[in-house]
Amino acid sequence: MGEEVKLFRTWSSSFALRIVWALKIKGIEYETVFEDLSNKSPLLLQYNPVHKKVPILVHNGKPIAESFVILEYIDETWKQAPLLLEDPYERAKARFWAKFGDDKVLTSVWNVFIKQGKEQEEALVAATENLKFLEEEMKGKKFFGGERIGYVDLALGFLANLISIFEEIIGLKIVDEEKFPSLYSWMQDFAEAPIIRDNWPPRDKMIVKFQALLDATIASSSSSSK
Amino acid sequence: MAEEIILLDLWASMLGMRVRVALAEKGLKYEYREQDLRDKSPLLLEMNPVHKKIPVLIHNGKPICESLIIVQYIDEVWYNKSPLLPSDPYKRAQARFWADYTDKLYELGRQLWLTKGEEQETAKKGFMECLKLLEGELGDKPYFGGENFGFLDVALVTFSCWFFAYESFGNFSVEAECPKLVAWSKRCMEKDSVSSSLEDPLKIHGFVIMMRKELGVE
Repeated sequence: MGEEVKLFRTWSSSFALRIVWALKIKGIEYETVFEDLSNKSPLLLQYNPVHKKVPILVHNGKPIAESFVILEYIDETWKQAPLLLEDPYERAKARFWAKFGDDKVLTSVWNVFIKQGKEQEEALVAATENLKFLEEEMKGKKFFGGERIGYVDLALGFLANLISIFEEIIGLKIVDEEKFPSLYSWMQDFAEAPIIRDNWPPRDKMIVKFQALLDATIASSSSSSK
Repeated sequence: MAEEIILLDLWASMLGMRVRVALAEKGLKYEYREQDLRDKSPLLLEMNPVHKKIPVLIHNGKPICESLIIVQYIDEVWYNKSPLLPSDPYKRAQARFWADYTDKLYELGRQLWLTKGEEQETAKKGFMECLKLLEGELGDKPYFGGENFGFLDVALVTFSCWFFAYESFGNFSVEAECPKLVAWSKRCMEKDSVSSSLEDPLKIHGFVIMMRKELGVE
């Protein structure tokens, strides 16, 4: 029976990128369905009624949602180029860092980008604390997965793209090469890996998108009454 | 080689209870160490420097953190007894998806007993929506895992001993809104692994009263 693999995504979603990378690393053929989140398709709502978000992987008609759940599904279904190691302790660590990336790192980095004044200062302190943990975890390794890109690299990979875009827009350094040498060099190595490099969303489009988001946030906070 | 298993936990934590249920399901002996989160032990800070939270499982000296990650670890190491995750990748994905979803109950539940007025109403609404969705997922199955108690059952059942506290402070009845879920939780309580791991709802209620006093909620 032929495999039918579809990926519902948007052009810019960092979460969906994880799935693109995983599918490409494993050499899995798939069809992309681009969604406009301001006008969600009936299929999206049918496949992910709980969260109504992307990415969604549909494998032979069966939908899976939530990027980490999808990554593990892909790893368990297609055994080539494994993303997670076999050892349960290593797997637990990988899951831990991936969750930390989303729960803490992404949130604090986003706050550095979107907040102003004192709130931004506080966000930068939090982000720096979180990034220090990643720096420590990265020491002595080329990728979080070791010699090859693995689960944690895919989970945290958005940093390699989004951080430089945020830094350019707000004119503030988030990952300083001197403060975070291992993390900085990982960001370069990851971004330059062939599969990753060929699958970033267009940078100029990303700058426009996030600049617009920031402008809208500033506009709405200054027009709201205190 | 002798297994050394230590659990750093807080008696009232429904997240910690998930780990206790999993360990009991696998018939594992372990040392339970109650933690005081207002005065964190050097061991806790050493084993979970990132979050400084419980539960933490220490297996032969190596720490594993985050309750659902710990439960998966336990299931993978002791895979030949009472498997919690099914073997089919699609069913595993469904179990993981819904288990992650149950984590929403933690924060919503907290807001239920921490806040008042409109904030509390919003939390109550969100909480009940989550439970209803989960009840839908259960359907007519005896357990979320189907015929057998599984990963999603472990993830959710520990919240059931907190229901009485949520109901008291939120002024609602889980049984009235989600009778199938309550029936399911009673079915789970018939299992030794669950009844020996969950705390008495009255004690949890007392714990919440104490927490509200401490945090100045009145």
